Amino acid sequence: MKPAQFDYVVAESVDAAVAALAEGGGEAKIIAGGQSLVPMLNFRLLRPSVLIDINRISGLACITERENAIGVGALVRHHQLETSPVMARHLPVLSHAMTHVAHLAIRNRGTIGGSLSHADPAAELPMMALLLDAELHVASPAGRRTVAAQDFFLGALTVDLAADELVTEIVFPKLPPRTGWGFLEVARRGGDFALAAAAATLTVSAGEITQARIAMIGAGETARRATEAEALLIGRALEPALLDAVMHAARTGIEPSTDLHASADYRRRLVGVLVSRALTAAWRRALGEGA
Amino acid sequence: MSKLRTVTVTVNGVAYEKAVEPRLLLADFLRQTLGLTGTHVGCEHGVCGACTVLVDGDSMRSCLLFAVQLDGSRIETVEGLGGIGRLNPLQEAFREHHALQCGFCTPGMLMTVTDLISKYPLATDDEIRAGLSGNLCRCTGYEHIVRAVRAAVGRIQEQAP
Repeated sequence: MKPAQFDYVVAESVDAAVAALAEGGGEAKIIAGGQSLVPMLNFRLLRPSVLIDINRISGLACITERENAIGVGALVRHHQLETSPVMARHLPVLSHAMTHVAHLAIRNRGTIGGSLSHADPAAELPMMALLLDAELHVASPAGRRTVAAQDFFLGALTVDLAADELVTEIVFPKLPPRTGWGFLEVARRGGDFALAAAAATLTVSAGEITQARIAMIGAGETARRATEAEALLIGRALEPALLDAVMHAARTGIEPSTDLHASADYRRRLVGVLVSRALTAAWRRALGEGA
Repeated sequence: MSKLRTVTVTVNGVAYEKAVEPRLLLADFLRQTLGLTGTHVGCEHGVCGACTVLVDGDSMRSCLLFAVQLDGSRIETVEGLGGIGRLNPLQEAFREHHALQCGFCTPGMLMTVTDLISKYPLATDDEIRAGLSGNLCRCTGYEHIVRAVRAAVGRIQEQAP
C-alpha cells in the first residue's frame, strides 16, 4: 500500500462534509478529484487520519448561467469546463485555458474547486480566477461566506480557507461586450507545469481601451495581476510603443523563481513576452479581427 | 488495518464485489485483488500514464483513485479491448505500425487513445502528440505510436456511420 492508513467518509451534502472536517480537527482532508492530493498521499507527504469524499454531493458539479455571471460548482471537472457551450459563449478565454491543464486523464477527474483550494503556483485556474475577478463561495459549519479571488490566494499552496471550510462554487462574471481575450503559456512539454503564462482581456470602445485585465503565472509564489501595466492601457489604442511600456511594467516588481526548469531571469523575460502577445491577441479579438 | 469497505464495480463487463481497505489504489485493486495485470504501474503519482483506465467512459489514472471511491462504477481496462486473434482496430494499428517495443506503456497508451478518439477530432499529428503527451514511452521514440494512432483514427472514422 502506498498511502498511510486513513478512514474514509463519503459526504452526501456540503453540510455533512464541513461537519466531518470540523470533527477531524485539522487531521481530515477533503478529496475531490484527488489529482494533486493522491500523489502526496502516495509519497506519504500527507498522512490525514480521515479522507472526506465529496464526489457524490449532487449539485456541486453544475455550470449555471445567471444574468451577468456563470456559476461553476466546485466539483466541475476541468474537461467539463473546457467543453461547456456556456463557457465557450461567455468566457472563451477560460475554455481555452483549460486545454493547457495537464492531460485528458487528469482533466477528466481534476476539479475546479480542488485546483483553486490547492493553489499550485503554476496552475492555470488561480490565474484565471484572478483575471476574471471571480468570487469563491465557501461553506463551514458556521455558515457561508464569499471571498474575492484577489483576496483568496495568499502564497504557494496557501489560500484563505480555514481547516473546516470547503469551496462550493466559483462565480465568474461574464465578459463585457466588445471584449477580446488572449492566453499564452510556455511549458517544457504540453501538459507539464507552466514555466510562465499570461492571460489578458481588453474591452475596447471607439478605438480606445476602456477596461484592461492582465494576469500572470511564473511571476511569483502565486498567480498575480499586472495592475500597473493594466493602468497604462486605459484610454489608449494598442500600439507598439505602448506595448513596450506595458511589457516593461509587467516585468517590474514580479518575483519569479529559479529552479531546475528555468532561471528567474528567463521567467521574467518570458512573462513580458507572453503578456505582450496575450494583449495583442486580445486587441485583435476585441476589434473582431480574430487572433 | 483500517476498516474494510465493500465495493461493487463492473470491470470489462464483469461484476465484482470485494472488501477493500480505503487506501487501496484502483491500480492495485485491478492487479492484485482482481488479477487483471494488463494495467501497468509505473510512477505511481500520475505522471507516466501507464496505469490509465476508463472509469464510466473517461480515461483516468488508476494510481490516483482509490477503489473504495468507485462503488457502482463501470471500469474498462486493456483486457477489455480485445485479445490475441481478436485485436480491436486500435490494437491492430499498434501492431501494424510497430508502436510498441517492450510494451510497458502500451496499455496506458491504448486506453488514453480510446478516450482521445471519442473526444477530439485528432485531425493533425500535433493534436495526436498533444493528446499523447501524458503517456511516457522509453523505447519507441513515439514516432511509430503517432503513426499507429493516425492510422487508427482513419480506420475508426471510416467505420463510423
